[in-house]
This record gives sequence, structure tokens and C-alpha cells, in this order.
Amino acid sequence: MKARLFSSGTPWSDRFFDFTVYFVITLVTIITLYPFLNVLAISLNDSTDSVRGGITIFPRAFTFKNYETIFAFSGLITGLKISILRTVVGTILGLISASMLAFTLSRVDFQGRRFVSTFLALTMYVSGGLIPTYILIKDLHMMGTFAVYVLPGLVSAFNVFVIRSFIDGIPYALQESAKLDGANDFTIYWRVILPLTKPALATIALFLAVGQWNSWFDTYLYNGSKDYLTTLQFELMKVIQSTTTNADSFHGRNMTEVMAQISPESVKMAITIIVTVPILVVYPFLQNYFVKGMTLGAVKS
Amino acid sequence: MKAVTTIKPQLAARRKSRFWGTFFQQKYLYLMSLPFVLWVFVFNYLPLWGWTMAFQKFKPKDSFLDQEWVGLKYFKELFHDDSFFQALRNTLAMSVMGLVAGFIIPIVFAILLNEVRIGFLKRFVQTISYLPHFVSWVVAAGIVTKMLSTDNGAVNDLLVGLHIIHEPIQFAAKGNLFWSIVTASDIWKETGWNTIIYLAAIAGIGPELYEAARVDGASRSQQAWHITLPGIRSTIIVLVIISIGHLISIGFEKQFLLGNNLVRDYSQTLDLYALNYGLGMGRYSFGTAINIFNSVVSVILLFTANGIFKKITKESII
Repeated sequence: MKARLFSSGTPWSDRFFDFTVYFVITLVTIITLYPFLNVLAISLNDSTDSVRGGITIFPRAFTFKNYETIFAFSGLITGLKISILRTVVGTILGLISASMLAFTLSRVDFQGRRFVSTFLALTMYVSGGLIPTYILIKDLHMMGTFAVYVLPGLVSAFNVFVIRSFIDGIPYALQESAKLDGANDFTIYWRVILPLTKPALATIALFLAVGQWNSWFDTYLYNGSKDYLTTLQFELMKVIQSTTTNADSFHGRNMTEVMAQISPESVKMAITIIVTVPILVVYPFLQNYFVKGMTLGAVKS
Repeated sequence: MKAVTTIKPQLAARRKSRFWGTFFQQKYLYLMSLPFVLWVFVFNYLPLWGWTMAFQKFKPKDSFLDQEWVGLKYFKELFHDDSFFQALRNTLAMSVMGLVAGFIIPIVFAILLNEVRIGFLKRFVQTISYLPHFVSWVVAAGIVTKMLSTDNGAVNDLLVGLHIIHEPIQFAAKGNLFWSIVTASDIWKETGWNTIIYLAAIAGIGPELYEAARVDGASRSQQAWHITLPGIRSTIIVLVIISIGHLISIGFEKQFLLGNNLVRDYSQTLDLYALNYGLGMGRYSFGTAINIFNSVVSVILLFTANGIFKKITKESII
């Protein structure tokens, strides 16, 4: 390796530069990874042993007990179910809405194009804000429902524009020839455009899914008192908040019992891992897609 | 072509019928867009109507017509509230710190990463560095709190181990450190992700420039300074201007999750202030006034930033 990096003729300034480069990227890698590995190690370590401290990236007294204990807690199972459900439903609905709108906006002949496009674009710059939105959700009787997770954010202008700029790159001749074959606009969308838009759809699906999986504030705001609509992120948030501040007001008795069995620290670490693992599993596969999508979106917007 | 002989009403009628003709032809396009337009109207535009609340003594139970109008009362209250100025200060402080660090560090990292010649190593580091972007702020806040904790937190362990400090610092209780903690957490989470756009820009720089520089005897660091950095200048300018437009809308998520009652004087941003005073205390009108202030300033900043951008590049980003 060294021979490849430094051939004998390499000037000193370049060697120093190379050293800086590899030093910095090593440092960044460690700073990024260490916290995750540390959390993982503690979550797999016996909770009474963890209190002694000194655990770095390997568990000292290996055990699955922390996980067993928290999975016995019903709130976590509900949270897991709801989190998965909202991710699946939210992603599918978001993909349908964004791709349909993107398709109509990519059609130069569409009469409503300019209006719809402006109408959407404005939402990226002006928003009513937290409280008017809260009142609206309340007036629509969506408080304490599952719908509040997927409906208000169904249409995202950003996603529409990313997909549209992708569709713009598909030759219009394809649509015309489909039309000659007697296809209507919906068939063109479904049979011609959607299959060709897969890379952009994959990117947007990733963004939507991660967004859904990671959100906690809507649960806090609208469904905080509904045990059956709780999400994993919200449960984790409650545990973290209860240990950093002394806010015991919105804390269920159920979880306190769990924390009494094993230390709050271990509960926190184990839930953190449970919440993070799905993301770790999906994202390396989609990395190529999202890098492309990200650059595309950034260039256009 | 027949326009010479056609009189106006006929033309209008034909235009109308042409509109409806195309409308029916494009019925599927309308069916695929109008329902979502309606959707956007309800969830994105109706809340703007809710701004009227700020000018009323809003009672949730009464209908719109029964509300009592109070003019600018809540805005006056707002501008006489010390907490408001504190929230404004916190918002601007964290936003400017985030802006400066959030630009310099990813640019430097992107340039260095670009110099990694071993392909798989470069991809590996990229994959790792994007990772924190995908975890939620809840997870990030939990991890940061753990790393900074006084009992066995990695940061305190390291600092004590290196004899930089004698006893662990109580990071969570130090108000004056809160802004730095938020900024540092942001850097930890987003640096890798923010390099994507710079790496794409760097990839667009012509290799002949580097070759010419090599012929002239430029070292690698000189190439990075004189070719790579100027090569991504326009990308940097665009991104800085977009960020200036978002200067005041930094939200509340990080501050909500990382903060606690001990550091409230430093953690309360405008949005958090609206959340605590507006929803927490049920003062909807007052909270809406904060939201309006926030939105109006945002739009002004956005147009100012866009104006500057137009002057520099003759293009608009809006």
C-alpha cells in the first residue's frame, strides 16, 4: 500500500498532503462510527455491569437481556407496528402522488401545467406555521388518528420536482408512439413513464421512508396520549427526555417498570439500536440511487 | 387565419370551447393532478388562513365570525416580551454558527475526500459518513447526550484521559455551551451528506486543468487550492445564498431534543418559543403571531438573498 501511495519521486509537500488526507478521513470515520459501536456494545452488555463504565466498542458481559426486557414491554411492540405501517403506507401514497403530479407537470401540452406548478412551488417558500396547522388538524378531527401520520404531508413539492426533472429526460416520442397505439394518458403514466422512472422513484422512496420512520413530532403533537398509535421514535424520545430532564408528566407507568428492571441507560441504548437497524439494513443498497437523486434535485432547485 | 373576418365574441366563444375541448381530451391529466391540488390547498394553504388568529382573541370553540378582533395587540405584546428577543438571539446565533461551520467543514472534507486515490477506501468512507444523516434527530440526540454524559461519556473520558480537564464537564447543564453542542451535533450528523453536492461539483472540473498545473510543477495542495476550490466556487455561492434564505427557519427539533430546563435561556428558538407559549400554554393567537413573524422574515430574507444572487449571476433561484 505504501509503495502505491508514495513512489520514490513524490515531493515532500505531496507526502505531507497525503498524510493530512488520510489522517482526516480516518478521524472522520472514527468520530462517525464510534458512537454507534459504543451504543451497540452497551446495549449488548449486562446493565449492572455497564454502570461500572469503561465499555468502548466491545461488550464486557455479553447478554441479550436488555433486548428481551424491552421487547416484553407492550408499548414497544405497538410502536414497532405503527412505525412500520406508517412507513409503508406513507411511502406508497407519497410515491403515487409525487409521480402522478410529476407526470402531469412534465407534459408541455397540459393546460393546467403552469397553474399547478406555481401552486406547488409556493408551498416550498410559505407555510402557515405550527399553530395554524395544529388548529387545522384539530378542526378536521384528525387528532388521535393514524391518518395524521400520512395525510398532511402527502404531497411534497420537492419530490414532485425531482421526479419531474427525471421524466423530462425521457424522450417524448415514447409517449407519442404509445398514444398512436391508442393508450390514454393514464396508461402512458402507468405503462410507459413509471417503469422508466424507477431510479428517481427509488430515491424518493428512500427519502419518504426514512422521513416516515424517523418522525416523532407528529406523534408527540397529535397522538401523544394515544397508546395504540405510538411510534418507536416517540417511545425513544420519551425515554431520552425522561432521563435528561425530569419531565415525568407524559411518561407511562409501563416504561418506568421496565427501566427499574434494567438501567435507563441500557433501555435507551437498546431502543436506539432497534430504531437504527432498519436504516442500516436498507441504505447501502440504495446509496447509488440517492446520490444521483440528491445531485439532480440540488441542481434543479 | 380567419381572424380578419372574425368578430370578438365569436373568438372568445371559440377559445372557450377550445379550452373545454382540450380539457376533455386531457381529462386524465386533470384527474391525476387536481385532487392533489385540492389536497395541497387544504393542508398547505388553509393554515395560511389561520394567520387571522393572530389578529383575534382566538377561542377554539367559537366560529370564525364570533371571534373578537384585536388588531395588532399580540404583535405589540410579542415585541415587548424579553423571551422573544432571547429566542430571536438564540435562533440567529445557532443559525449563523451552523451556517459557517456547515459550509467550511463539508467543503474541506469534500476536497480531502476527492484526493483519496484508492477507490474502495473512498467509497467506504463516503458510505460511513452519510450514515448519520439517515438516523433521526431523536437517535442523534440520544447518542450525543450519551457521548457528552458525565458518567462514562466518551468525550469526558477522552478529555480526562488526555489530562485536558481534571473532572468531567456537565455539558447538559452548561447554557453557554449549548449553541456549540447543537452546532457540533449538526456537523457530526450532516457533514458527510453535505459533501455529496461538492463532490459532484468537483467531478465536473476538467482533468486538463490539473494536468496543466502538474506540468507547471504545482503540488497536490496547490492544485486543491488553485483549481478545486475555485472550480466549485459557483456551487458554494448558490448554496450559501439558499442558506441565507433559511437563516431564521432553523426549526426546533435539535433544540427540543438536546435542550432541557437548565439551558432553556440558550435553547429556545423562535419555533420552540411558539411551541411552548402557543401550544403549551394554549395561547394560540400569541403563538400564531410568532409564526407569522418567522414566516415574514423568512420570505424577506429569501427575496434579499435571491436579489443578491441575481446581481452576481443574472439567474434566479426562486
